[in-house]
Amino acid sequence: MADTGIAGRPDTNGHVAADAPSAESAPRLSLLGRTLRQVAGQVQRRVPRADLDERDPDFIRERLPLMWLAASVWYRGEVRGLGNIPDSGPVLMVGNHSGGNMTPDTLVFTLAFNTYFGVERAFYQLAHNLVLSMPGLGSLRRFGTVAASPGNARKALQSGAALLVYPGGDYEVHRPFWQRNTVDFDGRKGFIRLALQENVPIVPVVSIGGHETALFLSRGEGLARLLALDRMFRLKVLPISLALPWGVNVGDMLGHIPLPAKITIETLPAIDLKAEFGPEPDLDEVYDRLMRLMQDTLDALAAERRLPVLG
Amino acid sequence: MRATAQTVISAPIETVWSFVSDPEQALSFMSGVTRWEVESEQPDGLGARYRMLLRVGSAEVGGLIEVVEWEPPRELAWTSITGVDQRGRWRLRPISEGRTRVEIRLAAGVAGSGLAGWLAERIAQPAISSHLRSTVAQLARLVEHERMREQAAQRRAARTGR
Repeated sequence: MADTGIAGRPDTNGHVAADAPSAESAPRLSLLGRTLRQVAGQVQRRVPRADLDERDPDFIRERLPLMWLAASVWYRGEVRGLGNIPDSGPVLMVGNHSGGNMTPDTLVFTLAFNTYFGVERAFYQLAHNLVLSMPGLGSLRRFGTVAASPGNARKALQSGAALLVYPGGDYEVHRPFWQRNTVDFDGRKGFIRLALQENVPIVPVVSIGGHETALFLSRGEGLARLLALDRMFRLKVLPISLALPWGVNVGDMLGHIPLPAKITIETLPAIDLKAEFGPEPDLDEVYDRLMRLMQDTLDALAAERRLPVLG
Repeated sequence: MRATAQTVISAPIETVWSFVSDPEQALSFMSGVTRWEVESEQPDGLGARYRMLLRVGSAEVGGLIEVVEWEPPRELAWTSITGVDQRGRWRLRPISEGRTRVEIRLAAGVAGSGLAGWLAERIAQPAISSHLRSTVAQLARLVEHERMREQAAQRRAARTGR
């Protein structure tokens, strides 16, 4: 799934109709344009209203063995430092993620969090609108996945829950493979503003291995702009990769069969922004420091790896 | 999923009991256990609660457990309050003067998890069995070592006393 971060966008939550291109702006693409707009409308309708109550601890508990199988047998997942997450209270976990729309990091970390703290602890994840509106993925809401928006994020933290965000969003998960060991949030700082407003600690979560599950070639940003996907679906990318079982995989909308790459995740000590950066922290300073910290950790994890996929 | 392991320790049953019943000691011999914290006012005895985690595959699983059988120095059983469903037991029996048979049992799973749950339990079983075998081996080493130190201390005291 392509989780998206909060980029300080207006709180639309995808319910307000996206500013679709006006009909006269694309006379040549009129048929294609109309079709796309119709799909966009469908998607907007399908985006579930953010309801934190949808999270279902019993449902999560019963799926833990399946997640455990995937995380342990397929990805040989290893999650370190969960003790760095405060035992109770709201916390904003900020991660880098990889692997196209399948993002195995999210699976491994969600399992680890739920078993470590128990399904009783409220835990939400922000995800891209398209992920939540995908047919068949509705059950994600019962895991605590809500559509990414500053409003939803605030609601989750105010309820005292732990919240996992991937500020890099679709931009990061579809980066080309030669940047696989790079943390790339695309300069998005909305999550820092959120942590400051809600006065919650930030816990960086650094993950490696997810980008070895297929051969990611290009984000296809130009293609996405050409098809106006950014305006209709909040999609800035139309990624191109070589992945099972498709061969050439454009868009990754149906997902793919990820290679069983070893996933290692390191949870870093919680950062109290005001204690560390003063009463009025500078967003850019916090962002740069956090990026440095996460990149250094990722470099260390990369140095541990001997072989791609095998880990 | 059920797993069990047993061994014979060269120590009196009371000495072995003092180790298996002490939550402070759990981390020093229980293999794969990453957490064993007292969550109740009473540190031990019937009704004592612990938060425990055991590393299995890519996750640390466990949860809140409560002591439901407490019969010093023979039986200690617990059951889960939260987390995965589990039931565990320490079973101690004297077999001769200064020798004790020790058995640990663990049954665990997730009710309602269906086929995936069955498969996960089958796959986790060998790892948990091996954790239990290491646990009794480490317990034996710890108890016997402690006993040797005690005996040496007694001999030293006897010598200096003379």
